[in-house]
Amino acid sequence: MLEIKKLHKSYAIGDSSLHVLKGIDLSVAQGEMVAIMGSSGSGKSTLLNIIGMLDEADEGDYILDDVPIKNLTEKKAAIYRNKFLGFIFQSFNLINYKNALENVGLPLYYQGLKRKERQEKARFHLKKVGLLDWATHLPSELSGGQKQRVAIARALASDPKLLLADEPTGALDTTTSYDIMAFLQQLNDEGKTILIVTHEEDIAAMCKRIVRLRDGVIMEDKKVTQVRAETHV
Amino acid sequence: MIKFLFDRDTWQEVYDSMSKNKLRTGITMVGVWWGILLLIALLGAARGMENSFNRAFGDFATNSVFVWGQSTSKPFKGFQEGRRVSLKLSHAKKIEDNVEGIEFVVPRNRNQALVVRNFLSGSYSVNGDFPLLDKVQKKKLLKGRFINQNDIDANKKVAVISEDIYKQLFEKDELAIGQYIQMNSINFTIIGVSQTENANMGPSSDIHIPFTTFQQIYNQGDTIGWLMITGKPEYSIKQIEEDAKLLLRNLNKIHPEDKRAFGSFNLGKEFAKITGFLTGMQFLTWFVGISTLIAGVFAIGNILLITVKERTKEIGVRRALGATPFEIKRQIVVEAVFLTLIAGLLGIISGGWILIAIDQAWGQGDDATLVNASVSITVVFIALLILVVLGTLIGLIPAFKATSIKPIEALREE
Repeated sequence: MLEIKKLHKSYAIGDSSLHVLKGIDLSVAQGEMVAIMGSSGSGKSTLLNIIGMLDEADEGDYILDDVPIKNLTEKKAAIYRNKFLGFIFQSFNLINYKNALENVGLPLYYQGLKRKERQEKARFHLKKVGLLDWATHLPSELSGGQKQRVAIARALASDPKLLLADEPTGALDTTTSYDIMAFLQQLNDEGKTILIVTHEEDIAAMCKRIVRLRDGVIMEDKKVTQVRAETHV
Repeated sequence: MIKFLFDRDTWQEVYDSMSKNKLRTGITMVGVWWGILLLIALLGAARGMENSFNRAFGDFATNSVFVWGQSTSKPFKGFQEGRRVSLKLSHAKKIEDNVEGIEFVVPRNRNQALVVRNFLSGSYSVNGDFPLLDKVQKKKLLKGRFINQNDIDANKKVAVISEDIYKQLFEKDELAIGQYIQMNSINFTIIGVSQTENANMGPSSDIHIPFTTFQQIYNQGDTIGWLMITGKPEYSIKQIEEDAKLLLRNLNKIHPEDKRAFGSFNLGKEFAKITGFLTGMQFLTWFVGISTLIAGVFAIGNILLITVKERTKEIGVRRALGATPFEIKRQIVVEAVFLTLIAGLLGIISGGWILIAIDQAWGQGDDATLVNASVSITVVFIALLILVVLGTLIGLIPAFKATSIKPIEALREE
């Protein structure tokens, strides 16, 4: 469902330019759970941003669900992001003056859904992450794990084809991290395609496939036996 | 777009983001509110001042000039200089016939007289007047009537006294009409009591008697004290003054360039000075008001810019979740317009209160300094409209800035 061919990306730093991605080839099928690993500066975040249509590649092809992603206007990119992708961030990025339910409903708002329908859907997803009782709480009243669950519910709200997680457990302690990973695995079991950027080996081991990046090229791409997070909890 | 404006969610968003930042919202609103308030208060006060000037001149035909005789300053046609010049009744007729643009020419006479009623007496100005005076200097009569042609023709011994004289010579609520007062040992019947014309100029001690009666009792012959000349509105009163004086010099065999032979007071010219002053003041008011408004608009823009800066991350998140740049811009602009509108309306309301306060403090009574201080509602709404339009435009700057940042950069910012 995701096809990347000969992807290049450079950033201008002053007069010189930094070649971050040097020809990435990656193909992800429906229902996979892929960990993208690499030290900082390896280009993993840049790759995720390009896959997330938050950034654009200089060269190469990117096809998502048979749709070529190229030369998008901001508007089109926004619509595709809304339709295809769900984002999970390291720092949660919930809107702090909106309660959990409103945060989950935000992508649906931009889809143009009616208020009632939106709240119903948001409630459904909030229930799925087990936080329906916290619907009217502001992010500041939630724990880190709860915040990330709300963020996952928000990412799921628009029923995206692909979940993109950028260090989803980076700001959480181990127990909560495994808890979140268990939930992501559960989602994957239900058929969601998930891409996780991480630099933690134990988190990567909980995926079905590990892609290692170094200096802008893929060093290693191997399928692994998934470690179930539940066993650690 | 219409649907957007009536959508509850739109306003929920506006409410959320404003109530979350109460201080910021408050400061912005104060900026706009103050601008509108100042504009209304200034415009209202200026209008009040204008009104009070207009009231002072109100009953007077302002396009008027007064002319009286003095002494010549140049010898002419065998006459020595220093000759006394006096105006004659016939001159009035000549001026009316020969000078272009004349509306009325009113000859008047005045003398000081001791007026006695029973045991009370006072010294007042006695004026010999024609009914025409009423046209030039509107007489508001509290009781009775003004002098009419019949009084003139029959040299009637009748008098119109001013309100102040009535108060001095009569008891409170005493009937004045038909009563007698004595001037120069002659009894006059009171036919009217006139209202004091201009309270700003102090109490009036004028008595009006028929012109012909005045001629008779003071043995004036054809001589008149002074002329009140009123020009038609479309003619320049200055030109009329020149023409009338030139004609008078001719009739009296005075040197054409003798400036001192006739004295004059040009009310039109004085009035124009005040009108000019008022125009200047109005301009200043507008200038200050509009400057304040612009300052207010910049305050909005500035605050919005800070807002956007503060909310870079939030905007990034929203865009990652699928908000189009247009939706982001629309949200910011709606916030800007809403803030401006609410603050502007509050400004209009409190500006109205200030005008009420001004009216209470300085607008009461006959000698009010600021009469009916008010602003036209059209002007107010145009000001508000300008404010909203400028607020929108200025709101667009941060809005564009917000969407020009790539979502990824916005998200990276910690």
